[in-house]
Amino acid sequence: MNDFSYTAAATAKEATGLLKDQPTATYLAGGTTLLDLMKANLLAPPHLVDVNPLPLTAIEQTPDGLRIGAMARMSAVGEHPLVVQGYPAVSKSLLLAASPQLRNMASIGGNLLQRTRCGYFRDAAFPCNKRVPGSGCPALEGDNHNLAVLGVSESCIATAYPGDLAVALAALDAVLTLENAKGKQRRVPITEFYLLPGRTPHKENVLEPGELIVAVTIPQAAHAQRSTYLKVRERSSYAYALASAAVGLDVQGGTIRTARVALGGVGAQPWRSREAEKVLTGQPATEATFRAAAAAALREAQPRKENAYKVDLVQNTLVRALQEVAG
Amino acid sequence: MQEDLFPASDAPQPADDSRRTFMKQAGGIFGFALAAPLAGQAERLTAYSKTTTGVTTLTLRINGQPRTVQAEPRVTLLDALRERLDLTGTKKGCDHGQCGACTVLVDGQRVNSCLTLAITTQGKEITTIEGLAQGEALHPMQEAFLKHDGFQCGYCTPGQIMSGVACVKEGHATTDDQAREWMSGNLCRCGAYANILAAVREVATQQAKG
Repeated sequence: MNDFSYTAAATAKEATGLLKDQPTATYLAGGTTLLDLMKANLLAPPHLVDVNPLPLTAIEQTPDGLRIGAMARMSAVGEHPLVVQGYPAVSKSLLLAASPQLRNMASIGGNLLQRTRCGYFRDAAFPCNKRVPGSGCPALEGDNHNLAVLGVSESCIATAYPGDLAVALAALDAVLTLENAKGKQRRVPITEFYLLPGRTPHKENVLEPGELIVAVTIPQAAHAQRSTYLKVRERSSYAYALASAAVGLDVQGGTIRTARVALGGVGAQPWRSREAEKVLTGQPATEATFRAAAAAALREAQPRKENAYKVDLVQNTLVRALQEVAG
Repeated sequence: MQEDLFPASDAPQPADDSRRTFMKQAGGIFGFALAAPLAGQAERLTAYSKTTTGVTTLTLRINGQPRTVQAEPRVTLLDALRERLDLTGTKKGCDHGQCGACTVLVDGQRVNSCLTLAITTQGKEITTIEGLAQGEALHPMQEAFLKHDGFQCGYCTPGQIMSGVACVKEGHATTDDQAREWMSGNLCRCGAYANILAAVREVATQQAKG
């Protein structure tokens, strides 16, 4: 790991101010992604600004929905009664992720900024358009079994966000609160936070330099209360998703009134499927409807040699998740 | 460099106090040194907390004892324990947060010490495998691992035991399935899982009986 200087920030204003004055600095939250990448010599920030002391850990009901401070830990949020009761998909996405130790460390804000597990990104011996813009993408014809089939480009087919939480948040219309060095806050829906790779896969989200995620707010809704997160892995625990589905349904008298669908492990970014939601809304909550929705969600899939299996896998995952919440 | 300007006083002080002291001193020095156009920046700088560069003295509270260690900010808690403090019970496996061999408790919560910077754990209570036994009396989890033969080569064992202690305390070992899931952050390449599970479950059952 490279040498670096270190400052523990006491407030968000101080943290963003430090990054404004030292643009090459990086925020340190739980460190579970950052230190991993620094040890692999993929990142070498000369200065770390520790945001762990920031008073941003509250989990509270607000008129806009449940507001979760960005420095709350995955473990605390995953088991919080308000999350378990009002947003089961969010709770499950957290508790099925990583390990108990990592969940005690990793923050909500940091979780949303985790980096891809694409083997070519993580090995500096290979070219990678995400790591070194313009250098090429060996994954297109190489080992792509765990990479994306939706939203990909000729520059990059990585699942840029390999985790779970953002998938559940994308399904349930969560909004991020970002703060800059002027103390100015803006709110960005998570579905507009991540960027598709296109020709600039190194640009993964809309954060401005030095901008800090300070909170996530999830609106209350019937489909949020009746939601789930289903994750399919190569082993039964402690692994990234090959495919996952976050779904929420409001079903009355056997008819779907509102539906929310997002897919993980298959998209270049957390994949909200409004196509699937359109197929579900107003229809009977039956397997035939669910199958049609799953087919709609994958209509634009661009599978490669080793990840073509994901097209079927994620459709079956979605159908099973919908069946689970339909009851 | 700021370390040289503001050496720590001999007596340990609460973080807030030292921060205020720094702000006063920094205000004076920066205010004097900087020209008018930089005054805005100087004001921001005066509000900053202390920056640490290079080797400094860290004070860590480990197994109830204050310990000092000379370390750069990049030194992980794992390396501080093993390489600087001779607490080699905590093991380095993958060094990337994937195996759990380095598990310790920080303020009672299990964490991977390989992905934790030592400098961030100042002022917190750190518990390692060396801190479990009371003199010659082993912790119930250590006894249970012996009784159930919860290891083969033993390398993952300190991490398994620390994780097991936390798992039971969290209430996540009430069934076999639950304990398996909540112990999944600790890998055992010898494959002693069945016996590890038996040990963790036995302690959970004992403690439930009170």
